[in-house]
Amino acid sequence: MDTPSGAGRPAAGPTARRGRPGLHPAVRYLGGRVLTAVVSLLAVMVTSFFLFRVLPGDPVAALTQGRSVSVDQLEAMRRDFGLDQPLPQQFVDYCLGMMTLDFGMSYQYRVPVSELIAERLGPTLLLAGTGTVIAAVLGLVLGTRSGWRRGSLMDRVDTGIALTLWSVPSFWLGLLLIVLLASGAGLFPTSGMSSPGVEGTFAVALDVAHHMVLPVATMVAVVYAQYMMIMRSSVLDEMGADYLTTARAKGLRDAVVLRRHAVPNALLPTVTLIFLNLGRVVSGVILIETVFAWPGLGSLFYSGLRVPDLPIVQALFVVFAGSVIIMNLLADLVYPLLDPRVRT
Amino acid sequence: MKQSTPAGATGERPAPATADAGGRYLEVDDLSVSYRTAGGEIPAVRGVSFGLEPGRKLGVAGESGCGKSTVALALLRLLPRSARTSGSVLLDGEDVLAMRWGRLRAVRWSGASIVFQGAMHALNPVQRVGGQIAEPLLVHGRADPAQARGQAAELLEQVGLPAWRARSYPHELSGGQRQRAMIAMALACRPQLIVADEPTTALDVMIQAQILRLIDELVAGLDISMLMISHDLSVLAETCDRLAVMYAGRIVEEGPAEEVFAAARHPYGAALSAAFPRVGDPASRRAPRGLPGDPPDPAELPSGCAFHPRCPEAQERCSRVDPLLWPAGADRSAACVRVLTPEQERAAGVPPADEGGGADRGHTAEPDPDGAAPAQARPHPQEWS
Amino acid sequence: MSRAALVWTRRRRALAGYARAFAGNRGGMAGLAVLALIGLAALTAPLFVDDAALSHTGAEGGRFQPPGLDHPLGTDAFGRSVLDLVVWGARISLTVGFLAAFASVALGTLIGVVAGHYGGWPGNVLMRVTDWFAVLPALVMAVALAAVMSRSTLTIIIAIGVTAWPTTARVVRAQTLAVEARPFIERARALGGGHAHVMLRHVLPNVMPVVLAQTTLLVAEAILMEATLAFLGLGDAGTISWGGIIEEARNAGAVSSGIWWYMIPPGVAIAVVALSFTMCGRALEGVLNPRQRERP
Repeated sequence: MDTPSGAGRPAAGPTARRGRPGLHPAVRYLGGRVLTAVVSLLAVMVTSFFLFRVLPGDPVAALTQGRSVSVDQLEAMRRDFGLDQPLPQQFVDYCLGMMTLDFGMSYQYRVPVSELIAERLGPTLLLAGTGTVIAAVLGLVLGTRSGWRRGSLMDRVDTGIALTLWSVPSFWLGLLLIVLLASGAGLFPTSGMSSPGVEGTFAVALDVAHHMVLPVATMVAVVYAQYMMIMRSSVLDEMGADYLTTARAKGLRDAVVLRRHAVPNALLPTVTLIFLNLGRVVSGVILIETVFAWPGLGSLFYSGLRVPDLPIVQALFVVFAGSVIIMNLLADLVYPLLDPRVRT
Repeated sequence: MKQSTPAGATGERPAPATADAGGRYLEVDDLSVSYRTAGGEIPAVRGVSFGLEPGRKLGVAGESGCGKSTVALALLRLLPRSARTSGSVLLDGEDVLAMRWGRLRAVRWSGASIVFQGAMHALNPVQRVGGQIAEPLLVHGRADPAQARGQAAELLEQVGLPAWRARSYPHELSGGQRQRAMIAMALACRPQLIVADEPTTALDVMIQAQILRLIDELVAGLDISMLMISHDLSVLAETCDRLAVMYAGRIVEEGPAEEVFAAARHPYGAALSAAFPRVGDPASRRAPRGLPGDPPDPAELPSGCAFHPRCPEAQERCSRVDPLLWPAGADRSAACVRVLTPEQERAAGVPPADEGGGADRGHTAEPDPDGAAPAQARPHPQEWS
Repeated sequence: MSRAALVWTRRRRALAGYARAFAGNRGGMAGLAVLALIGLAALTAPLFVDDAALSHTGAEGGRFQPPGLDHPLGTDAFGRSVLDLVVWGARISLTVGFLAAFASVALGTLIGVVAGHYGGWPGNVLMRVTDWFAVLPALVMAVALAAVMSRSTLTIIIAIGVTAWPTTARVVRAQTLAVEARPFIERARALGGGHAHVMLRHVLPNVMPVVLAQTTLLVAEAILMEATLAFLGLGDAGTISWGGIIEEARNAGAVSSGIWWYMIPPGVAIAVVALSFTMCGRALEGVLNPRQRERP
């Protein structure tokens, strides 16, 4: 989680441009970013390996703490995870497995983890994607408004609401919505992604949309504040810029000055920060899917955690961290398309 | 109360050869600007008046913080919300400060445009130069998008840039090229007045000369009036017809450019022209260079003449007399007690310059904090013609 | 006046100035007042809530009683007063919030100051590590840590402390660079001050204001994270915390049977405390770091 204060600004692209002669700066920039991402991914894989194996001494004991497990079961678990092998051998097997997207067998579902992930990826992307897009649009619009009219009543009200929603635990907000609107008023389904017995493409889509309302609303509520505060401070940063005075001097309306000049410039740092703060979306996914029993990666993670199902938890650790790293890489690659100063 | 220059101090200048009041395109009268801050109102411009005839060029000189850029922004009401403006700015006979928003937007850029200082920041970094030049044409309905593109290319060529530069972003241009693009933008709507705020600062000397020549040619060729603002008196003297020197929010000297530069009547004007000697001018080499101290804090202006703490020729009475623009030779004026003859001094109510006036000092040495005590030195207009 | 006394007077005057500026921030003052109230309730809780009322077996209330005169916020599945639970939960939530925030701020400050002071490749490597941690989804990391360690409050504190420090490290590093660019650092170096001297005597005191504001903001995050981990069942089952109450409520079927009084109070408590810390942190940031004033 990150504060909504937007602290910790990204080291935006241009720094990578001072380069050795010989290589095209763009190539150097892209190469550097890709390399950083690859190293980060490797670090995540290594962390995942050692975290679940080395840290507590015996992962099987740690993962079964507080539960009655027979000696045979323990032995079986050890064999399943390849824990009877020497550590270096385990590491090599683990890395090879990762390369081929083989995350081992799930302990509780008795199917390959990669299959489970493939099956659950769609719903999660649907939920997280819809939620993030709505939250980003809402946050950018409100943040622009607030920054442009700093100190106004509207700014104070919008900021107050955003900070309040940011302070609310997402899982609790989800439960509250279920109590009020689903199990109470019966307006929305309480859980899952679809109702049984619905036929026809349109009807199914409508049914899924109906199921999505509450989870997406919860997601938007807890995520948009961050986008809004980032955009607000970006707009504030641009407020004193000389080119805005030029634009006003040209006879542009205030709204046009904002739309055509201030916003495109303020968007640049915001886009990077939105990608950097995707971690909050991931935690949102885990909690909201858990609360709404949404059949995605988040609820899979939760169920893996409850059993506990080491291969699932370990694989999803890598998937979640890796997806954030890859989204960050994407942001780095998209940024030059938005900012002509980096493109050159 | 800080007394502002009375409305005709420059307007009714005693040399009306060029000054046909009705023929002026720009007429600034008693313009004052103050900024509201947490610590109260801070005056930035304190009663400035000047006028500009069509096709003429007026230079405004002064150190940073003297209020010259505030004047430039006030002409089109571009100051931040915290600024409070009074007086009047007549642009082609219409008061900019009293205009409605719609009319003001229409006048901006088409009636007067601004070449801002440091074109790096004055151009939008993420928009192509051509689009930025064409934008005012579209906003003011002077062209459709295709025509605007064509005109932007023509304008670029007019300022000595190849037309394909329209597709460049500001960061792809050098400092001089950016300034040229800025000038092309200012010319877009064919305004009758261009305000150039430090157009050549931050450029190296060779480029500076090129840009100045370009401005000179364009203004002469298109018969545009120009108000050029700079801290560099020598640049202004070379380009402009008349010069106004500002200090602490006021005009302290005004007159024909050459004369003011060569022989300023106000000690501040003299110091400023000595700071930028003309190449090959032996007289300037002997002149005192540089000025001790910094410009005063506008929140705490000295009593009397705001310049007296730094003035090399300050007299005892300077801390009490707040001088106005008094006639200082043909077609010139200066805000300094030294330009008055004893008769004029008497008429204006300025205490005499003799030192050791013990009795006199008794009631005026300690000026009243709110500035009531310093002699309100008003010239009698009939006396100076 | 001695030098030390002079320094002291100057500091006290600066503090008084900060206090005045803070008092002028309505949001910050409101947050502070709420926190004082809740802090007081948490500290004095043992005086009016006895242990028996909080045990599964000793509570005298009926199962799932709606709010009434006996129990202003109703009772839970074991007949415990929800109000008592929430008041008691404040103790764990606030403790974990503070300790975790301190742990992570201490770590972040250490890394930030060292990275800023030494610069060069060691600083670079440290910042790369920081970037990496910043990118990792904190919840996933904390969940993983909490899952593999023993279930205890300390585990939760460590899990939050280890994941929340990168923001602090970045902010502190930037501040360190700014401080070290000032002339008095050069003077200290010229007078023979070593690395430790410069960092401890000059950089650290000047970085403290930023760190203080950062800590306050982090407490809010730590409390939210604690609640989240407890809700995911990773907390210490023997203690009562706000996140844990919500989890119990959910497991007891409060959601489907509409027992709203069991679920709403702990969530409101989390939100109010987190919001109060955030408001205080923002106010502090504005007061101590005037350049950032007016920024969110």
